[in-house]
Amino acid sequence: MATVNYAIPSDEVMSPGHLGCAGCGATLSMRLALKALGRDTVLVVPACCWSVIDGPAPYSAAGVPLMHTPFASAAAAASGVRAALDLKGDTKTTVCAWAGDGGTFDIGIQALSAAAERNENILYICYDNEAYMNTGVQRSSATPLGAWTTTTPAKHVKDRPKKDLLAIMAAHGIPYAATATVAYPDDLLAKIRKALAIHGTRFIHLLAPCPPGWKIASEDVIRYARLAVASRVFPLVEVEDGRTWRMTVRPDPVPLEDYLRDQGRFRNLLNDADALERVRRSIDDRWTRLERTVRPPVDSPRTTHAHDSQ
Amino acid sequence: MTTKVLEGTHAISWAVQRSRAAVIAAYPITPSSGVVELLAEMCADGRLDARFVAVESEHSALATCAGASQTGMRAFTATSSHGLLYMHEMLHWCVGARLPIVLANVNRAVGSPWNIFADQNDSLSQRDTGWLQYYCEDNQEVLDTIIQAYKVAERVLLPAMVCLDAFFLSHTSEPVSIPEPHEVDAYLPPFAPDYFLSPDEPHAFGGLSAADGYMELRARIDAAMRHAEQVAEEADEEFGRLFGRRHPLVETYKTDDADIVLVASGTVAGTAREVIDARRARGERVGLVKIHLFRPFPFTPIRRAVSGAKKIAIIDRNVSFGHGGIMASELRSAMCAHPLAPPIFSFIAGLGGRDITPQTIDDVVAHTIQQEQPEADTLWVGLKE
Repeated sequence: MATVNYAIPSDEVMSPGHLGCAGCGATLSMRLALKALGRDTVLVVPACCWSVIDGPAPYSAAGVPLMHTPFASAAAAASGVRAALDLKGDTKTTVCAWAGDGGTFDIGIQALSAAAERNENILYICYDNEAYMNTGVQRSSATPLGAWTTTTPAKHVKDRPKKDLLAIMAAHGIPYAATATVAYPDDLLAKIRKALAIHGTRFIHLLAPCPPGWKIASEDVIRYARLAVASRVFPLVEVEDGRTWRMTVRPDPVPLEDYLRDQGRFRNLLNDADALERVRRSIDDRWTRLERTVRPPVDSPRTTHAHDSQ
Repeated sequence: MTTKVLEGTHAISWAVQRSRAAVIAAYPITPSSGVVELLAEMCADGRLDARFVAVESEHSALATCAGASQTGMRAFTATSSHGLLYMHEMLHWCVGARLPIVLANVNRAVGSPWNIFADQNDSLSQRDTGWLQYYCEDNQEVLDTIIQAYKVAERVLLPAMVCLDAFFLSHTSEPVSIPEPHEVDAYLPPFAPDYFLSPDEPHAFGGLSAADGYMELRARIDAAMRHAEQVAEEADEEFGRLFGRRHPLVETYKTDDADIVLVASGTVAGTAREVIDARRARGERVGLVKIHLFRPFPFTPIRRAVSGAKKIAIIDRNVSFGHGGIMASELRSAMCAHPLAPPIFSFIAGLGGRDITPQTIDDVVAHTIQQEQPEADTLWVGLKE
């Protein structure tokens, strides 16, 4: 029998009993992230799905100390926790702001940008399910072009592309920024571990599919996260010091339709050739920009990265 | 004890330095910026062993303080007017989280239209957030109250706001006695909360509490706030013993036999003393009551202070539109069950920094003496045609 060399630690920091939906990408994101973060971590969580998922007081599924904080304030509250720990002489505990896309792309971006500009020694992880899922699927600036949400209804789906937050964060010149997703746990954990070894503001944009919000089956979360990468909708990259861009996972490309098909939120898109073309162009444009940025170039012979194991 | 000539903003900075605040997060706003300018300097030159976080907004200033306080460290911020209002959500949050942060608020008018001058509507509109609120008459009281506020806040686990009038205190220099560090250390022990964020004990703070528990938590906040009056009284008593100065929660000035009692807060109280003295010199039985602590509202001392009067005149540098002076409405609620409640003349004056001169106050007293009953629920002073 072949031996599988499974690189994900079996130690579970997170407890069962959380309030996540079946198949929830955000819950799995936390479970995986904590395997790299470890127990010497303080989480700072603004209003988001995780305000609920962690459980009702006095229960907490996270397994590490967790501070809930209002919507716009994750990065600021995390800065305060960091300052206080430092003054206590504890410079080794990781302070991790853990926020959804609404709390990061929209209402929290001001505090996040400020913390990044100050180069606060925090790790900020945005688990992105591409809309306000906790409040019932309203569009955020992380919602992709062409997607249905309750505030971008079928007759007027989202007509603007997703905000390029990684580029925004990289433009702050922070020491580390990366994208990751639950479908590539080795890549995700490697990026968190890499971030943990760096001092300063570190940012990880983590794609976390949401079964009820994307209108997909619970068992398809990983499949869609994987297709998001392969269809070039969500490239897996990392940026050091805002300058050095690297693509960490490069699966064989698949057609965009493979990703869009059967996601209820894109139902109308596949029947509208013009709209589909606009989405394709938007994805291609971003990919082209990325190709010019990453080193080594995307079309150069594939190099093996330490954590490029998928 | 050192005496320095300090403007109000710097009296705050010195008090915060003496209180050994550990994390200071702030965003500039006129007229409070001087507070954190001096604190930034003190952090930079080592006079204060604290982290100064120059945030991008007042909301973040208070969120940063919340993070620090939740981690068990003493936190401070200063703001004014629009800055305080921008903190509104975090003001509520810090109370629910029971974080004894101290905030200095320079009372300044709120726009529109823009106005940077004295007016209490900024902090009084935050009355129901659950912060303790002190209002100060002079810069010595400002310095002393900041130190006392930490003591009280950390005992009852509620945040405290120390308010002072824009420019009349914030930018006016007065001799201020600064206690020595070891003297303040003897009065104010290090902040040592029972519960704080620590990897040694992984708890969640602020997690979901539905209808089965939320109400009990609110009742505890209310009980803590009510208890804060006694704690504040004790804190002032001890302060008096150690430093030789008292700042009564409700201060009475020549009220013992007074027929007319004037009620005021902030710098108006200082001006009013002069008017009281002048009228006393003419043999008139007038006195002054100064509201120093506004939240919790000190019902008993207030009732005691005004109950001998035949008439009460209260001056508000604030207004609740459609209701009247905010302190007047508090006073009326304190007196409503009083069997022989004297008539309360409610005056609104000095909004947006308009001067409240001795003449203004004298006119208010004269009007109260002349009229049997107030001719209106709210009397606006010195309105132009």
